[in-house]
Amino acid sequence: MAEVLFFLAAIGVVGGAIGVVVLRNPFYTVLALVVHLLSLAALFLTLRAEFIAAAQVVVYAGAVMVLYVFVVAYVGGGEAATGSGQASELRVLAVLFAGALFVCLCIATLGSGLQALGTEGAEVGAGYGTPQQIGDLLLGRFLLPFELASYLLLLAAVGAVVLASRRRGVGEGAEPVISVAQLLRPRGTGTMAEAVSGLPAAQATGDRDEREARERGDQGKERDDDADDDRPRVDHGASDRGGS
Amino acid sequence: MSATTLAWLALALPLAGAIVTALGFRFWRGRAAGYVGTAALFGSFACAVGAFLALQGEPAEGRQLVSALWDYAATAGLDAELSILVDPLSILMLLVVTGVSALIHLYAVAYMGGDRGYTRFFSYLNFFVFSMVLLVLAGNFLVLIIGWAFVGAASYLLISFWYRRATATAAGIKAFVINVLGDVGLVLGAYFLFSGTGTLDFLTTFERAPEVFTENDGDLVAGCILLLVGAFAKSAQVPLHTWLPDAMEGPTPVSALIHAATMVTAGVYLIARMHPLFELAPTAGTVGAIIGCATLLIAATTAMAQTDLKRVIAYSTMSQIGYMVMAVSAGAYVAGLFHLMTHAFFKALLFMAAGSVIAAMAGNQNMDQMGGFRRAMPFTFGCFVVGGLALAGVPPFSGFFSKDEILAYTAERGGIFLVLVAVGYVAAFLTAVYTFRMIFRTFLGEPVPEARELEQGHLYHPENPTNPASGEIEDTEVGFPGPEHHVAEQSPPMKVAMGTLALLAIVGGFLQIPTVTHLLDDFLEPTFAESIYFEALSPSDAATFVGLGLGALIGLAGIATAWLVWVREPGTAAKVRQRLRPAYALFLNKWWFDELIGAVIVRPARWLGSFALTAFERLFVQGTLVGGTSGIVRAGSAAVRAAQSGFLRFYVALFLGGMVAFTIWFLLQA
Amino acid sequence: MAIEWYLALSALIFVIGAGGVLTRRNPLVILLCVELMLNAGNLALVAFNRMHGGGDGQIFALMVMVVAACEVVIGLGIIVALYRRHLPIDVDEMRELQG
Repeated sequence: MAEVLFFLAAIGVVGGAIGVVVLRNPFYTVLALVVHLLSLAALFLTLRAEFIAAAQVVVYAGAVMVLYVFVVAYVGGGEAATGSGQASELRVLAVLFAGALFVCLCIATLGSGLQALGTEGAEVGAGYGTPQQIGDLLLGRFLLPFELASYLLLLAAVGAVVLASRRRGVGEGAEPVISVAQLLRPRGTGTMAEAVSGLPAAQATGDRDEREARERGDQGKERDDDADDDRPRVDHGASDRGGS
Repeated sequence: MSATTLAWLALALPLAGAIVTALGFRFWRGRAAGYVGTAALFGSFACAVGAFLALQGEPAEGRQLVSALWDYAATAGLDAELSILVDPLSILMLLVVTGVSALIHLYAVAYMGGDRGYTRFFSYLNFFVFSMVLLVLAGNFLVLIIGWAFVGAASYLLISFWYRRATATAAGIKAFVINVLGDVGLVLGAYFLFSGTGTLDFLTTFERAPEVFTENDGDLVAGCILLLVGAFAKSAQVPLHTWLPDAMEGPTPVSALIHAATMVTAGVYLIARMHPLFELAPTAGTVGAIIGCATLLIAATTAMAQTDLKRVIAYSTMSQIGYMVMAVSAGAYVAGLFHLMTHAFFKALLFMAAGSVIAAMAGNQNMDQMGGFRRAMPFTFGCFVVGGLALAGVPPFSGFFSKDEILAYTAERGGIFLVLVAVGYVAAFLTAVYTFRMIFRTFLGEPVPEARELEQGHLYHPENPTNPASGEIEDTEVGFPGPEHHVAEQSPPMKVAMGTLALLAIVGGFLQIPTVTHLLDDFLEPTFAESIYFEALSPSDAATFVGLGLGALIGLAGIATAWLVWVREPGTAAKVRQRLRPAYALFLNKWWFDELIGAVIVRPARWLGSFALTAFERLFVQGTLVGGTSGIVRAGSAAVRAAQSGFLRFYVALFLGGMVAFTIWFLLQA
Repeated sequence: MAIEWYLALSALIFVIGAGGVLTRRNPLVILLCVELMLNAGNLALVAFNRMHGGGDGQIFALMVMVVAACEVVIGLGIIVALYRRHLPIDVDEMRELQG
């Protein structure tokens, strides 16, 4: 019975995997992956890892795949035929590598001297794989990884927001981003733009538009200065204008 | 002070003069540099006289003094110090060199006036004298080679002194290249000798040579012949003589000093110095004598046909040095050195007088355009006649005694040397003829316009200065002759110098009147004490007087012939030329040596050079080596660059490939 | 089933995922293939865990899932940014790294 379940799940897993690799339409690939993930969850169950199976379904197939579906819907994109360009050699190479890797891995894992591989595994009690066991471990032995994982998730969330946000257009008063490293670096050891333009690292960007905008901004600022300044002016107006 | 100290001083003063003149290049005004240089030379001559007196104060056995300053390159097996050898031979040469140089410096102070390169001239001239003194004072082969090379360099600098003249620079290069060939011979010769005796020092070499080498030993003969190559290049003997006539491109004081009195006698000095080796290898001595004889004949015949005033004198130099080389190669050392001394006097005098004439002609050296300068330049004419009589060997002038001593002593050797002596007498006749041909054509006859101008007391100056040889237009700025021309009659320094030399040319011969005085013999005896020929060769009184009489007769006959051909019946020369056209062509073209060397050596060398430039350089060096290296680097970097393609999947493939490799490796390890 | 079946299956999934990364041009699909490889790793972890007993492997598998989720988020963010700038969504076109 267990074997039948195993094979059914295995078929689902492999079929989903192959589907991901082969199908042209990205939407179909996402669906194939969902099938794969659900089958994988079934496999986990045969291995008595209940919590992992549930997490797999909820987190992976549920959240991550939904995210994928959203992005695929947004971006869309069929794919040009991969036979063009380098792909054909690469495909052959890929299959070869894959085959070689498979052989290697099999030899590595199955050919090792581990006796227990032939068995069904160690004797485990009833609490094996339950949420309780997982919880105990997470908050006990593996507390640090647990906390770090949460940091990682925070970083990822912030990163995603920054990546996908609408960047402000060029030349709209972009503030130069100064980092501590830039302040500590000796003059002239920074970017090529700094070396070429001679400006300090913070102001030197290689962007021509930004440089022109900065110059325009500077001129604009100077004009503003002249206009706004209503103190009695000692006669350096002419020299200012001449000396720009 | 001791003789060696004075010798070091005599060496140092010209060097100091050269350096001081050169360093103060911007400060010297007018003729100051000239006076500084001349003062250095007179000081050097004074030191030479002092050294001579000091040496004579030593006992006869102790008259070969070596003094070393420091170890130059003393390593295992090599003993090279900076040492000088002060003995009668070197003192004689020192006196001649410094004395004549001092007088020529005095002459040049006036002659080169107005030339933009005045200071440079005296700096070079002092440097030359320093090198020559280094050469004659050298105590081992290393210092000799150093002096030898320096002299060649100074010669080059001075020949191409007017460096903006293409003819002058070409002549300088020719002289230098041929001299370098001689340098190679000298160095190789020194090596052969060193390999046998194991020492570079002269006195030690002479001591060891009889023990190490057998008579006519292959190595010794090879070494001596290579030394001869060096001597021939420096002394302008056949076949390395082609540079000397071209060297007349240099200013006249240069020709007087270097190419008459000093540098060209270096070869003679070398053979005389190496006499123990040459006596041990008679083959080499015979070769030297034969070549000397050949040269004196070839040069004498060539001089008969030349029309350039200085070139006639140059060929006569070549011829007279042929006499000297023949003498010292045959073992008549004192005779050869005596002739060296007297020749220095009258040849320098002749060149100085020629310089005066050329100045009157504003740089033109062509005899065809000269004539009748007797009334305009009486002093120069007198000097010319004195020098010419000495050269032609007319008693009681100095050349008579020295040349006839050579011929008499060489005849003593017997065998093939008798043939050489016969040729020597023939050439003596020719010498008298061409010398007085030169004098009569220049000073007698109708005065040319330049002469007439000079009679009015006014020197001729051309509108646009031109190179007399090639006709190219020049100016008078640096690198070309200056605007002023100085004639002896109008320059006291020139008069003093020429007068002194004329006096010496007249009385110099009295040092060695046969059977009456033998001052030079006595003086040089310590050097040649162990020579086989020094004592052995002494012609009988009868032979001597017959020789003297024969020489005098030949000299006077030559003068008479010249008088007949060029003064009494002016058309004779043209008729003879017609009759003997092939001979005339041979002499006029200098026996086609230049063409021969050009075809045999220069043309193949040039072909090799152009071949190397086009084929070898382009294909091999540029193409294979440079192009290949850069091509390999470029290909390599292109290959490496391809790895940075930016294709994500390529990177992943590499990644996975590496993983597979790792896995396999670890599996194999296990 | 014996553990070795699971390991073989895990290797197979991994290799299929690797092949997919090499072959596909759409970055979305490439990310999916990377997910495949991660899942293969998860399977292997859980299988070994079953072999040993204890719970370490399962915790590790959870962490892997966390990491996978983060990486998917960032990757998709990049793809969205690409799309916003009207750049082709093609890994072969995105060859130059620029500011």
